[in-house]
Amino acid sequence: MRMWQWPRPSRLSLAVLRRNFLVWRKTALTTVLGDVLDPMVVLLALGYGLGKLLPAIDGVPYITFLAAGSICMGALYGASFEATYSAFSRLQVQRTWEGMLNTPLSLDDVLWAEILWAAAKAVKSGLAILLVVVVFDIAREPTMVWIPLVLLLAGLTFSALAIIVTVLARGYDFFMYYFTLVMTPMVFLSGVFFPVNQLPAALSAVMQWLPLAPAINLIRPLLLGQWPQQPGWYAAQLAITAVLSIWLAAVLARRRLLR
Amino acid sequence: MSSSISQAYQGAALSVSGLCKRFGDRSIVNELSFEIRPGECYGLLGPNGAGKTTTLRALLGLTPFNGGRIQVLGFDVPAQSREARARVGVVPQMDNLDPDFTVEENLLVFGRYFGLSSAQVRERIPGLLDFAALGAKRNARISELSGGMKRRLTLARAMVNDPDLIVLDEPTTGLDPQARHLVWERLRALLAQGKTILLTTHFMDEAERLCGRLGVLDHGAMVAEGVPRELIAQHLEPYVVEVFGDGAQEWLAAHRPAIDGRIEVSGETVFCHTGDPDPIVALLRANDSVRYLQRPANLEDLFLRLTGRGMREEG
Repeated sequence: MRMWQWPRPSRLSLAVLRRNFLVWRKTALTTVLGDVLDPMVVLLALGYGLGKLLPAIDGVPYITFLAAGSICMGALYGASFEATYSAFSRLQVQRTWEGMLNTPLSLDDVLWAEILWAAAKAVKSGLAILLVVVVFDIAREPTMVWIPLVLLLAGLTFSALAIIVTVLARGYDFFMYYFTLVMTPMVFLSGVFFPVNQLPAALSAVMQWLPLAPAINLIRPLLLGQWPQQPGWYAAQLAITAVLSIWLAAVLARRRLLR
Repeated sequence: MSSSISQAYQGAALSVSGLCKRFGDRSIVNELSFEIRPGECYGLLGPNGAGKTTTLRALLGLTPFNGGRIQVLGFDVPAQSREARARVGVVPQMDNLDPDFTVEENLLVFGRYFGLSSAQVRERIPGLLDFAALGAKRNARISELSGGMKRRLTLARAMVNDPDLIVLDEPTTGLDPQARHLVWERLRALLAQGKTILLTTHFMDEAERLCGRLGVLDHGAMVAEGVPRELIAQHLEPYVVEVFGDGAQEWLAAHRPAIDGRIEVSGETVFCHTGDPDPIVALLRANDSVRYLQRPANLEDLFLRLTGRGMREEG
């Protein structure tokens, strides 16, 4: 049955991506400033300030430990804000999706474009912090060239997860549940600020399945010049969550818009 | 703008037959059938919740339906709804212009949704701006436009793919009379180009001016269909005398037996539907306590006759 089908995009999705890009280009300067400056302040303040008081973690200075987490957290927020508040504006408030669906664009096209666009925002946010890491000489390892690829996969996962919330939302208030109940615990319990082995085993086992943890498990070693221990497994964790989320988002979006 | 009537499809520009749509056990559209000929302007009238918008959504392939068959410009919907939508222009009930863009960018971005290249759309933009009388506003943001300008831009946007069929859902709701007349004038220009138009409306003067044929929908079913003048002649007495004012009820009570015609009372107004208004008017002339209006029966009378005077909630 069509309702339950895997969403298949067409070439026309690109027109939706280009629309979002054109909007972004108009405000790019201010948003890039926020993207770079905000996480830079957090990373440098916590890294150098708090880092002075902390012993090295697994032989690594705190700021270097924190850098990988900051990159992943930046990508998570970049994707999540775009795929919730901004996408919801287009879905509900501005009725942009409605206009699109009156053209040859299908809902699958629109949904895929939104997910890819939010993933692009994740990559951009992550790269902005990566740039800070390199410029401030926090880490400069050849293995870091793989980080953008991980950001793309993780960005897709973060976006797909957030877009589920968007197609369920009736108002902006709804996103508070997602940010408070999912995002915040994920940020604090996935190894951004401290290693997860500090957590009770049961809790860390659960957190390992939320997508921020596998992203950090991939990016942290890459930033330290090492190869991740189980790269295939971590990537598979991200991919499985992405696939399930994209499918679920498509089913829920159809129930909402094509009924 | 090029004027093309692509006649790849045989006969009807749009054909709906036996359309049924249910939400749960609630029937929204019930065995609805109608056809629109190429180059025709067809109006779908009906109170709120009659199934007009659902029907439009169904023929764009935006809602699955439980029974019946829809062909748009020769394409089967929903199977070929993407192909159908490529040849259709839609003016939605509520404006959904892109507030982040200028007038011109709105047209450019929307044209690309049809798979047109930027160059192709740019070529069409001057003609579209001309059509919408928005040439001077090409670089204005949407928030700077008046309601009428936004509607005209929405109409121009619906023309970006040079469609054969234009579907308008209450195109002039919320517009002032000047803006409404300008939209009507633009729609007539499109008809003159050979475009086919399907519109829904609450405004009977709009339907009477624009539509060659119309269908009156109630509770998801067609209750009357035809040429406006003929429908009126078929269902109604030729004249209406409206009696209103504080003494209208008393006047009716006093003269009821003397009135030759069908009487309807709605609020403070007494409607006398009659073939010969003169005796009623003569009675009214002798009475100072009420005011009256004598006029030919119109589409609004027909609409109320067919769908009743009860209030409908939004559905």
